[in-house]
Amino acid sequence: MPETTLADLQPGQSGTIAGFTNEDDPTVQRLAEMGLLEDEPIRVVRLAPIGDPMEVEVRGYFLSVRRAHARLIRITPQV
Amino acid sequence: MTALTPTPSEKKTFRVALIGNPNTGKTTLFNALTGFRARVGNYPGVTVETRTGALKGSNGAVQILDLPGTYSLSAHSPDELIAVEVLTGIHSVEAKPDLLAVVVDAANLERNLFLATQVMEIGLPTVIVLNMVDAAAEAGITVDGEKLAERLGVPVLPTSASKGKGVDAVATLLRGQSPPAPPATDHLFPPEFEREIDALAAVLRDADQNALAAEPVLLQRALLDQDGAAEERLADAAGEPVRTHLKEARQRLSDQGIRIRTVEARMRYGHIRGLLTDVVSRPEESKDSLSDKIDRILIHRVWGTLVFAVLMLIVFQAIYSWSAPLMDAIDAVFGALGDVVTAAMGEGPLRSLIVDGVIAGVGGVVIFLPQILILFAFIALLEDCGYMSRAAFLMDRLLSRCGLSGRSFIPMLSSFACAIPGIMATRTIEDRRDRLTTILVAPLMSCSARLPVYVLLIGAFIPERTLVPGVLGLQGTVLFCMYLVGFAFAVPVAMLLKRTLLKGKTPSFILELPSYKMPQWRTVIHRVLERGQAFLWRAGTVIFAVSVVVWALTYYPRPESVATETEAAYATEIAQAEAAAQSGDAEAQATLEETLARRDSAVEGALLRQSFLGRMGHAIEPIVKPIGWDWRIAMAVVASFPAREVVVATLGIIYDVGGDAAEDNPDLREKLRTAKDPQGNLIFNLPVALSLMVFFALCAQCAATLAIIRRETNSWRWPIFTFTYMTVLAYFAALVTYQVGMLFM
Repeated sequence: MPETTLADLQPGQSGTIAGFTNEDDPTVQRLAEMGLLEDEPIRVVRLAPIGDPMEVEVRGYFLSVRRAHARLIRITPQV
Repeated sequence: MTALTPTPSEKKTFRVALIGNPNTGKTTLFNALTGFRARVGNYPGVTVETRTGALKGSNGAVQILDLPGTYSLSAHSPDELIAVEVLTGIHSVEAKPDLLAVVVDAANLERNLFLATQVMEIGLPTVIVLNMVDAAAEAGITVDGEKLAERLGVPVLPTSASKGKGVDAVATLLRGQSPPAPPATDHLFPPEFEREIDALAAVLRDADQNALAAEPVLLQRALLDQDGAAEERLADAAGEPVRTHLKEARQRLSDQGIRIRTVEARMRYGHIRGLLTDVVSRPEESKDSLSDKIDRILIHRVWGTLVFAVLMLIVFQAIYSWSAPLMDAIDAVFGALGDVVTAAMGEGPLRSLIVDGVIAGVGGVVIFLPQILILFAFIALLEDCGYMSRAAFLMDRLLSRCGLSGRSFIPMLSSFACAIPGIMATRTIEDRRDRLTTILVAPLMSCSARLPVYVLLIGAFIPERTLVPGVLGLQGTVLFCMYLVGFAFAVPVAMLLKRTLLKGKTPSFILELPSYKMPQWRTVIHRVLERGQAFLWRAGTVIFAVSVVVWALTYYPRPESVATETEAAYATEIAQAEAAAQSGDAEAQATLEETLARRDSAVEGALLRQSFLGRMGHAIEPIVKPIGWDWRIAMAVVASFPAREVVVATLGIIYDVGGDAAEDNPDLREKLRTAKDPQGNLIFNLPVALSLMVFFALCAQCAATLAIIRRETNSWRWPIFTFTYMTVLAYFAALVTYQVGMLFM
């Protein structure tokens, strides 16, 4: 079964962060510092006009994340 | 509270550093504490702008330093590094502050405490300013400040700096006794990590770097931030062995299951969660905030893009038409001043210098101040209300196509006002290649210094026609197109740079979208005035100096023989006209005056051709002929190298030199429109005007920009590169414009 990442969520969908797909990516440090960490609920709010980047809500604030980086974040989708 | 740390004394100034995440109202607080009186400074070498100001009512005993906004001490950008260096006391200029004030957003405490806890670990006396409590309360978020203070072991001061609430309490605390240093947080990191810190300290001590070895926070950063600024700092001081040591240390930690990139965030957020239990209460269901409702339109797929485009169009239409009355007024003042001086002084080099050099030169620059102020008002307003980051969000995809990020959008947009603040704003771009690319294309954005050129030529050659009644005219549209030219070239140039010279991976783009807020009028006005002042400073120094030099180049060597010879050529004609006028016939009188005026212009023209600048213009005329310029335009362009806006002052001087005092001060536009070469052909036509505008849109005729590139990149290579590529680009674009334009003439 293919892994679900943040990039797969549609606007309005929520999930819980399950980890990172590649811990060695330098971007991971920034994502983690911004509070995107395991067990944290996250919601995709909307997408930019061309579908990239995406606006997400995490820890009560809003963040713009590129799809390429959203793919670094593994997600357990909310059922 | 038992305070044992030093208190502000008469002798020594007490230094407070303000630090915090972006969008926490840090600058608003700073302005409130200092009463809008700040000294904007640049540190040598790194050119990160910082503000310092004395605490209001402290008689200069308490100095406040506003550090660049940052999310973490991990220092990926030079901006963040400044914060770390100042806080850890290793900065070359700033000594270690006496007190750290961390500004945090009450509505976003969890993430804000990430930086706050990092700062507290430095071990200096710290206070937390819990800002924007009112806005948080409106969203249903309340914070128990007392409980938080108890848990953190440092004072927590709730404020709403934008409304002035709580600012006095902060000021009182800063004026009074300093609180004790925060209690040490123990065992945040696993013991394996602590052991590596000790090992690193030992390596540094062996390299005789005892000061660095004594800064555990700096060592922590070096270990945690792979290829980060702290690593650079240590390697610079202690050499390559440190780098090797760090690499091995990280490998050892990784082997022990410690993930270097996320270990800190995991530990710290776990710690913060504990700190915040029962401290923050949020509404169960977060209701749709106002910001969210606004964003539904402002960053909507269709509406958002439309609003953005319309907004940009309005900005440019506004700077073009709203400023007109103010510009007319300034024009009138300088014109009157020139007349007064002309009347009061005898003819000669000094009068010419003052009227044609000094007054005309400064006036020609000051006149564009209204447009600059309007443009900066828009930028400041959009920044302050929170729209700027939405613009970055909207534009990210577009910029990522040419290998940049939405973060480059703000420097680029700022470059539309002036490339200098724009290039300075690139410091927030983490990726070095990205930053360099942005720096190199930023001067392609049509800055306010090009505006005078556009305004002059559009006013003179583009007919005043309405396209959409009351909203859009042809002139405004052409102006908008000129702004597009630079942008249109910036895209392929950036793309090319990122694929060739500055090859590398696309950088991370993680951008906070803060809540919208009402703009702070005082802050906006303050920023606009600050920028206007900065422009005038440039006008007052570089441009003024250039105006005088240019005047001298057009005035000298002024050989006596040229004047006498030209006058002699008119002698017979004038004698005849004089004889005819003797009869008192009005028509004959007019003929005489006209002949005299023609002679005077011819004399000035002859002198100009013989001037140093004229000779320079003649020398390069063959090169600029294909782009439609004559030697006069060429000399104006040569003279404008130090700064683009000078071209207007130069054209002003060139065409004023032959000006007849009896005439009713005709404006420069009219002179350009009617300027003729000796054969009686018009020098300017529409293709020439467009060619000149396109050239100016793309060229690097700005010494100040090149100087700032030199400073920011620390090398002459990049300013030379910029000047070369832009001049070549500008020449060929002007060539195409002129040649194609002539096909339609």
